[in-house]
Amino acid sequence: MTSSVSITLERCGRTFANGHTALHPLDLSIAAGETLVLLGPSGCGKTTTLRIISGLESPDAGGRVRFGERDVTQRPIEKRDVGMVFQNYALFPNMSVADNIAYGLKIQRLPATEIRQRVDEVMAMVDLQGFGERRIDALSGGQKQRVALARAIAVRPKVLLFDEPLAALDAKLRDRLRIEIGQLLRELNITAVYVTHDQAEAMALGDRIAVMQAGRIAQLGTPQEIYHRPSSAFVADFIGAVNRLEVIGSRPQGRLVVHGGELHGPHLSGLPSIYCRPEDIQIVETNVAAIQGCVIQSVFLGQTQRLMVDTGSSTPLQVDAPSREHWRVGEVIGLTIPPEVLFHPEQCNSQRDVQEVAHG
Amino acid sequence: MTTVSQWRLRAGAASSSAKAAAGPAGTRRQQRLALLALAPALTMFCAFWLLPFARLVLMGAEIDRGSGISAYLAILTHRQYLISLAATLGVSLVVSITAVGIAGLAGFFLARHCFPGKAALVAILTFPLAFPGVVVGFLVIMLGGRQGILAQLSQWLFDERWIFAYSLTGLFVGYLYFSIPRVITTVMAACETLDRSLEEAARSLGADTWRVTRDVIVPGIAPALLSTGAICFATSMGAFGTAFTLGTRMSILPLNIYGEFTNYANFAMAAALSVVLGLITWLALSIARKLAGSSLGAPA
Repeated sequence: MTSSVSITLERCGRTFANGHTALHPLDLSIAAGETLVLLGPSGCGKTTTLRIISGLESPDAGGRVRFGERDVTQRPIEKRDVGMVFQNYALFPNMSVADNIAYGLKIQRLPATEIRQRVDEVMAMVDLQGFGERRIDALSGGQKQRVALARAIAVRPKVLLFDEPLAALDAKLRDRLRIEIGQLLRELNITAVYVTHDQAEAMALGDRIAVMQAGRIAQLGTPQEIYHRPSSAFVADFIGAVNRLEVIGSRPQGRLVVHGGELHGPHLSGLPSIYCRPEDIQIVETNVAAIQGCVIQSVFLGQTQRLMVDTGSSTPLQVDAPSREHWRVGEVIGLTIPPEVLFHPEQCNSQRDVQEVAHG
Repeated sequence: MTTVSQWRLRAGAASSSAKAAAGPAGTRRQQRLALLALAPALTMFCAFWLLPFARLVLMGAEIDRGSGISAYLAILTHRQYLISLAATLGVSLVVSITAVGIAGLAGFFLARHCFPGKAALVAILTFPLAFPGVVVGFLVIMLGGRQGILAQLSQWLFDERWIFAYSLTGLFVGYLYFSIPRVITTVMAACETLDRSLEEAARSLGADTWRVTRDVIVPGIAPALLSTGAICFATSMGAFGTAFTLGTRMSILPLNIYGEFTNYANFAMAAALSVVLGLITWLALSIARKLAGSSLGAPA
């Protein structure tokens, strides 16, 4: 494999001819061999960022794209040595599986024997042995995306780019292919940028995740940092479920009054609200509970069930409970939330050791 | 031919919608109803297509007044008819290929680029679609006739008159004139449906513009090119107005049919030539339909 290369974006923004700013100028560096996931809702600028890295789009004046030490801003995609995997597979319908995979190698004018050898090699990597002569329309969605993946890695690119590659697949297949892509990326040790709106995919694949919102990076960090120390309510809400508890009063020794009871949170005193994840809330006997509430709904999720608990606040509290136990609607239950799982995005901001904040 | 394809379409649509609407119990009743609904179309088909065409086919088998043998046989054995057939086929083929080449490029360019005045340009380019053959013939005479623009220009420059209107070249120009708008509109529509990510994928693999065109764009719009080419071919084969305006002495199938029919009252030969002309255009369209895998309209 070609040794992997780092990617640096410097003040890369993108404003379209109609005046719409898809991306505010941002700085981003991706280490060699790292997998960076660009995560966000549609229209957040993640695909634009990917297309600027690929060379399909140019950044606005002043923006620079570097692969390693080399400035590639002016290079079109065909001269950037990138492999790209698209949501709709983008396989050439008029070519067989093997011809699709060999396409980039033929352009490089490699000898026929080497092309055949490399095609076989990557087909084995994506578990497609024996499919070489198949027509593209005779493949399932998962197989198509494997072919697309094989085609992208066959040319041994310096950078692999994924544009929502699993979005068109059904859930079961998505999980399997996600694991395979993860293994492949580790095996190849290649620099990869992966665009998705699926937080589970982002956390499973990313060495780091850049959560994007309205053309800016809202937070950049490891999956653990993003999940446990989100820097904004948007990030907290986008990654997983989150409860926002309004603080309606405070007592001595760091006791915070919320709807339904009191919580101990000395590190969060003075803030108007506090946050916690549904799985961090424990259900206890009402006589030892910090807060109490009334079950208004239970959603069975398989490995767990999510209770909606009315504590008197405007939105019910989401609480994850063991899936085999049973709660009646209307039942009053006791809850306790340990102080260490309570957080507030603004505090997470000040606590974070390494600050990597986007420009703009 | 128009009637046949429309009839097939109608029959297909009627029966499938009937099936979709009814459960197993009501299916037969629905089918009977569909047949009843089909009756007017069937009547029209028999009256205006099947009966006259059967008569035409039979008439073509009768004795040709000129040669004394069956008219079909006469077409195959007599030089004048073979030459006329070859000329008609040749002109139509060259027109189709040229139109697809020129207008394919233009259509692709227009589909991909936005510039001020584009809508007006497309409107002007597709305007000839509205012209009848006679008008197109007249325009060719204005351009390449005895008093045409080219004749006057060449007279002034080189002191000789360049005239092409009354020959196969004139016919070629005329047919090209009304073929180009067809191809442009079809190609523009086909380009809209091209999957841009295919081109992006090819480029990411190192393909330059030329290779992207060859490997992705042309295969992508090939069905449209084939079908529009076939329609141009069929239209050119049967175009009468333009040929008639440019000169009745040209040996071209539609003019032959007209001549045999009106000048010599040789009905057998007129019928045989009509059947041959019909068969060739039908064949061209069905081959294209098969290759393109999409439905086509018959020539206007």
